[in-house]
Amino acid sequence: MAEGPQGHNKPALSLHVPEPKFRPGDAVDFSHLRITQPGEQARPDEACHANETAILCHDLIRVLGDDDMPHGPWDPKLDPETLREMLGHFALVRAFDERMFRGQRQGKTSFYMKCTGEEATSVAAAMALASDDMVFPSYRQQGVLIARGYPLIEMINQIYSNKGDKLKGRQLPIMYSSREHSFFSISGNLATQTPQAVGWAMASAIKGDSRIAATWVGEGSTAEGDFHSACTFATVYNAPVILNVINNQWAISSFSGFAGAERTTFAARALGYGLAGMRVDGNDPLAVYATQKWAADRARANAGPTLIEYFTYRAEGHSTSDDPSGYRSATEREEWPLGDPVMRLKKHLIALGEWDEERQEQLDKDCMEKVKATTKEAEKNGILGHGLHHPFRTMFEDVFEDLPWHLQEQAAQATHERKIKFPEKPPFE
Amino acid sequence: MSDSTTQEAPATEQGSERRLNMIEAINDALDTMLTRDPDVIIMGEDVGYFGGVFRCTAGLQEKHGKTRVFDTPISECGIIGVAVGMGAYGLRPVPEIQFADYIYPGLDQLISEAARLRYRSAAEYIAPLTVRSPFGGGIFGGQTHSQSPEAIFAHVSGLKTVIPSTPYDAKGLLIAAIEDNDPVIFFEPKRIYNGPFDGYYDKPVQPWKKHRDSVVPEEYYRIPLGKARTVTEGEQLTVLAYGTMVHVVEEVCRQKGVEAHILDLRTLVPLDIEAIEQSVERTGRCLIVHEATRTAGFGAELSALVTERCFYHLEAPVERVTGFDTPYPHSLEWAYFPGPVRIGEAIDKILKD
Ligand SMILES: Cc1ncc(C[n+]2csc(CCOP(=O)(O)OP(=O)(O)O)c2C)c(N)n1
Repeated sequence: MAEGPQGHNKPALSLHVPEPKFRPGDAVDFSHLRITQPGEQARPDEACHANETAILCHDLIRVLGDDDMPHGPWDPKLDPETLREMLGHFALVRAFDERMFRGQRQGKTSFYMKCTGEEATSVAAAMALASDDMVFPSYRQQGVLIARGYPLIEMINQIYSNKGDKLKGRQLPIMYSSREHSFFSISGNLATQTPQAVGWAMASAIKGDSRIAATWVGEGSTAEGDFHSACTFATVYNAPVILNVINNQWAISSFSGFAGAERTTFAARALGYGLAGMRVDGNDPLAVYATQKWAADRARANAGPTLIEYFTYRAEGHSTSDDPSGYRSATEREEWPLGDPVMRLKKHLIALGEWDEERQEQLDKDCMEKVKATTKEAEKNGILGHGLHHPFRTMFEDVFEDLPWHLQEQAAQATHERKIKFPEKPPFE
Repeated sequence: MSDSTTQEAPATEQGSERRLNMIEAINDALDTMLTRDPDVIIMGEDVGYFGGVFRCTAGLQEKHGKTRVFDTPISECGIIGVAVGMGAYGLRPVPEIQFADYIYPGLDQLISEAARLRYRSAAEYIAPLTVRSPFGGGIFGGQTHSQSPEAIFAHVSGLKTVIPSTPYDAKGLLIAAIEDNDPVIFFEPKRIYNGPFDGYYDKPVQPWKKHRDSVVPEEYYRIPLGKARTVTEGEQLTVLAYGTMVHVVEEVCRQKGVEAHILDLRTLVPLDIEAIEQSVERTGRCLIVHEATRTAGFGAELSALVTERCFYHLEAPVERVTGFDTPYPHSLEWAYFPGPVRIGEAIDKILKD
């Protein structure tokens, strides 16, 4: 029956399967990337028609030049105090990532995810938002929490799933939630937060509130239907929302080509929806701040939603469970042409005469010590698997507002088992 | 509202009682809640200006305004995802999914997000949404407008599943669902939107006008979730049913002269286990009827519960009457439908010895 493909007298079709430019062992050459001149990109008015941002969707907005000084209309003109504050958050995020990564290796928790190299996309962005603007992050935005002053100990308690964890040990490490800090509970299912952010923003508009919403999604996850639903709803209802796409080039081992990056930019997704869009150097803290601020002002003025692609690079592994040397060239990180956001900000402050290497050293040391001391403090509440977790009975709480009969029965069963397994422990602890 | 085995309601003395069909009762519930609570929002495909393809939201946009009742893109993932965000803000969204068969594109937002938001955030955030959707067959909807997917939702921790069978219940249950702080799936049996259906597809449908349970008070009232309704009292057997099947079962029992204790479950989660146990312990026989496919359907759960909890009271094996394990076939709809023949034979079997 099977005679091979139909239409064999016609040219054979062939399937294109994307392949990244470099694999392990390859020498890296990023010269194909068009790195723009800082300061050369136009800055349309925040209230402009979305069409006017079209050119920015294929461009790359940059502010900090090789001279470590800001250039052009996107210079947010931040005062040195704010710049130092930003650098402080950067340093703290980095020290935190370092320590938590080690904590995982030491068996204190099951899992951790670093954001090394991407700090600007969360810290600088968060600083451009109002502290009560609602954020719907993905899992690599620890910088938002740090910039909002969320207590480190709460983060560590969550990572250790210990008895201090206010999420009662139910979430994977790093899946934080803080209503007080207008930080939405993180989902393990990718991109689901994007329509939720739009819904929150729509609700805010329905109620005549003044708060806007922002969401972060990885470039790999933009392929999820949720993201496209989010774009449609955002544009249809002119929702006061910012859709941040963090293009860090890799989705675990799949390069950005598998989300469509070979044909167009992620920022250009905005065009088809009629959203304002822009592509931004995500390792340029000033450019990140300026564009996030632009989008926030636009949303706040009811002028519309914005989709921003932050072009950056995931310098470390995807998570503690990942070994990037298995799929990408080890030299990518050093060759990345947009540098490192922390270094760039540091050098900028030094160029301004507002910082120096000694102070940086001190800052790094202070951050390390702060994280270390807080970790010690958090460890008193327990580490994963060492029994000091939330009281046992909490397992059945919060499935529903009230405990229905079937869960009451199952809770009784679990308590009964508990008494058999640990006769020395009180049944509810 | 038990005891009656007739379809005819006694003529109302005062003549002032408002009789509504289920569509009107749902509309009335939504209107009531839009009026009472400024945080209630209705959205869905075609629900705004047009008032919904089944007209459940007719007139609501005009009355309550475009930001309270509005149309959405054809994106169930978007509708439910957006509703989760609105719920997190503090609204009480009541999204409509035009047909239950189209809820699947929004399933992840329901199962992974709405249902677990309270748990995963230790109650920092909740998703108090009520997803309304017409479900079930019997209107020649083919295999994409006829499904009964309730078991999928009943299986998910954190969701409540509600199914009314009368206009009176539809209003009271929908109000309770909207006021509930947990996400609720509210399935509307579309075969009985316009009138109770006795299972005889070749007979004209009786409009709700003549039915006792179509008296729907104008004022606000709620029927608590988790409480079954006794449709008829009887000692011969217990029948567990919901939605359209309540009416079919009632008619079959009437015709056969069988005195059944028919329980309309009203909500699958939370389930009124007490009512079920009490009834089966008395009758010793149990029939479960639903329209959904058989394998791993909600009837399997009910059967297991009854067997586990009432085994020593049972005089006969628990029986299930369900749809077949095929998609709903358009032209052979009435061969698929669990009608009077299938139900009647099951009753005979249960009562045999
Ligand atoms: C719906 C869903 N599918 C798959 C996964 C498994 N997963 C976790 S992270 C990840 C890669 C995401 O890449 P990207 O969106 O680019 O974000 P990045 O990790 O690069 O920050 C995958 C596939 C998941 N969590 N959710």
